[in-house]
Amino acid sequence: MHVPDGFIDAPVSIAAGAVAVAGVGIALRGARRELDDRTAPLAGLTAAFVFAAQMLNFPVASGTSGHLLGGTLAAILVGPYTGILCVSVVLLLQALLFADGGLTALGVNITTMALVTVVVGYGLFRLLLRVLPRTKASVSAASFAAAVVSVPAAAVAFTAIYAVGGTADVSIAKVATAMIGVHVLIGIGEALITAVTVSSVLAVRPDLVHGARGLMKPPELRTAAARNAGTEPTRV
Amino acid sequence: MTTKRFFIGFLLVSFVLAGVVSHYASGDPDGLEKVAADKGISAKEKDHSLKDSPFGDYGVKGIENTRLSGGLSGVIGVGAVLLVGGALFWGVRRRGPHRDAAGEQDERTERAPSEPARKG
Repeated sequence: MHVPDGFIDAPVSIAAGAVAVAGVGIALRGARRELDDRTAPLAGLTAAFVFAAQMLNFPVASGTSGHLLGGTLAAILVGPYTGILCVSVVLLLQALLFADGGLTALGVNITTMALVTVVVGYGLFRLLLRVLPRTKASVSAASFAAAVVSVPAAAVAFTAIYAVGGTADVSIAKVATAMIGVHVLIGIGEALITAVTVSSVLAVRPDLVHGARGLMKPPELRTAAARNAGTEPTRV
Repeated sequence: MTTKRFFIGFLLVSFVLAGVVSHYASGDPDGLEKVAADKGISAKEKDHSLKDSPFGDYGVKGIENTRLSGGLSGVIGVGAVLLVGGALFWGVRRRGPHRDAAGEQDERTERAPSEPARKG
């Protein structure tokens, strides 16, 4: 969903750039609470994985493909603030190194693919975990559902930006219908990749999944003992 | 699985996806490109200002073999993202050891991303 140069006019591109700068600024402050000596390397690896997965276009309909956006995945693995930064780094390097996504459209692309996917995807993921039983299967199911919705949400955000600052005179209703339709299909691919990846990490190292933290609390007694002793409980 | 082994495995998966599997990815236009072409959004599309850069459009200039060219650009991209992202995250991180069991920290990190950052 990388917007090239020329789709969106200059004023709206600048406005989207301001939104992106503000969003990334908030994410930089929030990420401090999510990142430490162990999760910082994991966040770098997650960004690299999102880049790799974005290269894998899968067919969704005749003559149309889609690829992972990765905002929901990154947010569940390393936290929402850090997730925004992961996707933003990917988008920045894609634009600078690989001529993918226009330089003047970087603000639009960060807004739709980093901010909207994480806010919608991670927000929905949290809501679902609140009502689902606290199990690994719930985390996987919530990952799937959140990722499905995050992609059409990004398509809606693009359409809204296009409605305000689009350079070509086309029917917004038609654009909205077509964008949402195809991105619901792409969302299913996004959801499969997200759920498989989250489930794989949960299977080997559940303690590394930010979104599963509530499930992985050590038993009460040991935590209390460890706190009283002023040390960390040993991981099993 | 040790953390080190997990990290190495995760990185290897990314390198294989970008370096090898990407060759088999669909070459069809993506959702936005397709809609843009069908509905006329792309009427005023401009060429990317860096399209002739060394890795423009996920290839390496000068390498004719598309499998090698695309795969190499993928490996370079994974390395570049890891480097830039890793440096950023390492710089932003909270200093000190990992704190899984700190209840206060859990509560804070579970706040929704749409909420404004806490002052201070």
